[in-house]
Amino acid sequence: MTVLSNRARAARASGPARTPRRLDGAQTRAAWVLIAPFLLIFAAMFLAPLLYSAYLSLFTSQLVGGEVFSGLANYVRALQDPSFWAGLGRVGLFLFIQVPIMLVASIGFALALDSKRVRGGKVARLLIFVPYAVPSVVATLMWGYLYGTDFGLITQIFQALGLQAPDLLSPQNILGSTMNIVCWEFIGYNMIILYAALRAVPEDIYEAAEIDGAGQFRVAWSIKLPAIRQALLLTLIFSIIGSFQLFNEPNLLANIAPNSIGTDFTPNLYAYNVAFRNQEINYAAAIAFLLGIIIMIVSFVVQTAANRKERQA
Amino acid sequence: MSATATVRTQDAGASATRRRTGTRRRKPIERGRRRSTLLTIFVWISLIYFLVPLLWLFISTTKDNSDLFSTFGLWFGNSFQFFANIGNLFTFQGGVFWQWALNTVIYAVVSAVGATALATACGYALAKYRFRGRSAVFSLILGSIMVPLTALAIPTYLLFADMNLTDTMWAIILPSLVSPFGVYLMRVYAMDAVDDSLLEAARIDGASEYRIFGTIGIRLLGPGIVTVLLFQLVATWNNYFLPLIMLNTPSLFPVTVGLAQWQATASAGGGAQVLFSTVLTGAFVSIIPLIVAFLFLQRYWQSGIATGSVKG
Repeated sequence: MTVLSNRARAARASGPARTPRRLDGAQTRAAWVLIAPFLLIFAAMFLAPLLYSAYLSLFTSQLVGGEVFSGLANYVRALQDPSFWAGLGRVGLFLFIQVPIMLVASIGFALALDSKRVRGGKVARLLIFVPYAVPSVVATLMWGYLYGTDFGLITQIFQALGLQAPDLLSPQNILGSTMNIVCWEFIGYNMIILYAALRAVPEDIYEAAEIDGAGQFRVAWSIKLPAIRQALLLTLIFSIIGSFQLFNEPNLLANIAPNSIGTDFTPNLYAYNVAFRNQEINYAAAIAFLLGIIIMIVSFVVQTAANRKERQA
Repeated sequence: MSATATVRTQDAGASATRRRTGTRRRKPIERGRRRSTLLTIFVWISLIYFLVPLLWLFISTTKDNSDLFSTFGLWFGNSFQFFANIGNLFTFQGGVFWQWALNTVIYAVVSAVGATALATACGYALAKYRFRGRSAVFSLILGSIMVPLTALAIPTYLLFADMNLTDTMWAIILPSLVSPFGVYLMRVYAMDAVDDSLLEAARIDGASEYRIFGTIGIRLLGPGIVTVLLFQLVATWNNYFLPLIMLNTPSLFPVTVGLAQWQATASAGGGAQVLFSTVLTGAFVSIIPLIVAFLFLQRYWQSGIATGSVKG
């Protein structure tokens, strides 16, 4: 949150100082009229579902007697549920391996393209971004076929080289294969955000460093990256949220690799299966809620840590 | 009247200054100064990773099922079946793919236009008016950016199930109208792009607040609007989880859910292998519109992102 609110504070601080304006009745009315439509839909489609499922998560449905108030029993059950923890562990591993690889690649491309030393950089930038426009369903379907041992391109290439092709859909490899799909989809997206931030860094800042004899890598590390730390934090937070929410890719890969991806592969997949296969609506609401809370705690901790470091620096 | 004129000139002067400093800072003369061959080769080789899957997909749409299994993935098969595959795609199961494509367009366009309109009005108001409760509203919206969308999907399903709204078009469109990040982006963009003095001048001229928003505001917010519109369009176009849980009737499916269902059928095997080339052709057809939209509108969304990521 602080990524955003620091800016907001700065904006608020500078706003009134520039135009010391009294609160105007007509303007206040206009502001609320413009805000109201969004707020109404927001309340109905965002707050209401959350409140309703918080309410549902406090009940248990029984064969005899229907719905019974059970307090936090569903949450206690989730915290003791090995399936929930297995999924959480898997997305945790995903987070620690995939997110750094993806962001380092995005930063690398953004710096390379921003340095203007790449011929055809503008075209390259767009082509790296193209996978973002591909739906994750199509991306997964495509990579699933590429991984496949039947007519998969990767198998074909290994065979052409006379090598034993790895089974990329095996239980040992499936998490890595999923990471690759997510990297493919989002390296370009993160690169575009970071590139846009880099372009806004005034060049005279590092021209001075270059005159002083600092090398390209030194300039990138000591000047450019610190200058875009807000954008970096933004991409990091969005990637963390994305990892915890992992659903589409494993759900579709399960079609072609049913032995590698169980119903509890990720917490979201588990919540989905609890709700729609087992018909345990109340328990699914509790899992969805718990997952949301965990994500918010993790993103909050990351932001606090980042901002503390910024203050020290 | 004279006030307007003064403000306009001032504004023109300011933007000219901005332009001048901009060129000075960017030094376009130096741009082609030091190309690095090594870096160029590295970046262009990396492009293989991003493009080969798409190339493979395109080549696969030109093959029939047996060539798909027996010929090399990155070269054409024994016959050119592209048009036959397209024909199969649009006639399979009574041409249901047409319906899915139409549904996707309806969901994506209605949601994106609606969400962008709501976000633009809200973001503009938060940026340009001072009123009691503004910071409370803004904090609420900022907080909701962090709420994961899929964690919200199951709760939304539960609520809709109670209101008998599941398995309707509304079940997809209504939740997609909310874009807290869109509001945030529009607010940042409006603070940057809409000059307060311009609004004051219009007020002195006697224009109402709504007229000011409708004429000056919307015009100046152009690139921001295109950015939010495009990203919301992508989000709905590519949405899979929400329609998957909300819809049961195949004629309401968007392309993503329909293709996933075909793929599951194809993978289940048992003589259903005929489907592979149809699924791949469907996948190929479904990605064309968005790629084209991004390429054609790049000037707008790139400047929109620039503002969002710098100020954000």
